[in-house]
Amino acid sequence: MKIFAKDREGKETVIEGRDGWTVMEMLRDAGLPITAECGGACACATCHVYIDAGWYEKLPPPKDGETDMLDMALAVQPNSRLSCQLTCCEALDGIKVTLAPE
Amino acid sequence: MNQPTDPPIETDVVIVGAGPAGLFAVFELGLLDLKAHLVDILDRPGGQCTELYPEKPIYDIPGLPIATGQELTDRLMEQIKPFGATFHFGEMAKALDKLADGRWKLSTDAGTEIIAPVMVIAAGGGSFMPKRPPVAGIEAFEGISVHYAVRKMETFRGKNVLIAGGGDSALDWTLNLAPIAKSLTLVHHRDGFRAAQHSVNRMRELVKQKKINFHVASVKTLHGEGGQLSGATLSGHDKREWQVETDAFLPFFGLTMKLGPIAEFGINLHENLIPVDTARFETETPGIFGIGDIVTYPGKLKLILSGFHEAALMAQAAFHICRPNEKLRFQYTTSSSSLQKKLGVA
Repeated sequence: MKIFAKDREGKETVIEGRDGWTVMEMLRDAGLPITAECGGACACATCHVYIDAGWYEKLPPPKDGETDMLDMALAVQPNSRLSCQLTCCEALDGIKVTLAPE
Repeated sequence: MNQPTDPPIETDVVIVGAGPAGLFAVFELGLLDLKAHLVDILDRPGGQCTELYPEKPIYDIPGLPIATGQELTDRLMEQIKPFGATFHFGEMAKALDKLADGRWKLSTDAGTEIIAPVMVIAAGGGSFMPKRPPVAGIEAFEGISVHYAVRKMETFRGKNVLIAGGGDSALDWTLNLAPIAKSLTLVHHRDGFRAAQHSVNRMRELVKQKKINFHVASVKTLHGEGGQLSGATLSGHDKREWQVETDAFLPFFGLTMKLGPIAEFGINLHENLIPVDTARFETETPGIFGIGDIVTYPGKLKLILSGFHEAALMAQAAFHICRPNEKLRFQYTTSSSSLQKKLGVA
């Protein structure tokens, strides 16, 4: 599966996503400037991304823990998600995400 | 900024950061009879473990199949208790100076000064600092009319106060400041909160009584001059924008790690990490060591267990600096009665 990730300057990178890994891990391993300071424990809200139109609805809805943690994120939009809570799978092939400001 | 009042403290080792690496360093230093002082910006031990994930399980601590961040911290505090380290909590390591006698002096923002021949940077991802909302020009208002914490409630008496966030801090200060503020507006990105339910209920009651305002929105622009706010533009999810009169803005989005003053310590940095050698865990500056997530070397893994290993080797090297005329005898806690005495078990 492929992830189309836009950084905060608008530069797009195409990343090969590994099934079962999180989108955060893929963004981080691709060298994108994502802090993810808790390492994926849904405990810091520093892997915040915006999901491009058409993709947000296809994602499994956020669990309570993610919704709660998004309260600690900055510049939250209706299409905000924490990328450590999104697992790569074929259904997400082609997903487009944009890093939220920090 | 506080000025130093007391004479500087003198000790063997100063550790910046009381996370797992810094805490275990106390143990390894203690076995070698080296005394330590720890400085941490947080108000309790544990670093990321207690600040970010106190309730989350950790599975890769050798010998502890499962422990939460808080449990691991509690166990480490119990393990280092015999060594009587001194903790300086709620203080930020601000400056590091080399003295004429070769020792180092660490100064904190609370005016504490500690002198020691060995400094250990165990600061993880840096200092926990409040998250700054991405609002253009907010820096110019910080400390004057934008505050990330409430030090004196009286500061806000008779003011038009704007609070942003949906956690306990945002809700608690909304409730506390509502009676003394001229007006109070709470903004949050959704009509739901991660705060204690009774706080949320009380807040909604105040909204119903028209004593405060609540908007599902975010703060888009700040207006004012010379650091003093006069208003803020809010933006809703439908892109609708409106203004609110604002004398003070309090954003509460939790903490994030920033390298902070450590960057000014004169230690060589590589991409915000401190390069160290892997025999001594010393930086390129003799007498300054680095352990845990903040260091880098070929093969470095940011694991708590790596920090423990690094602490053990650092302590051996630190001993030779602190006790240049003494011989270091390597001993095991299992068999050495002198180590067991230090641990209070013999």
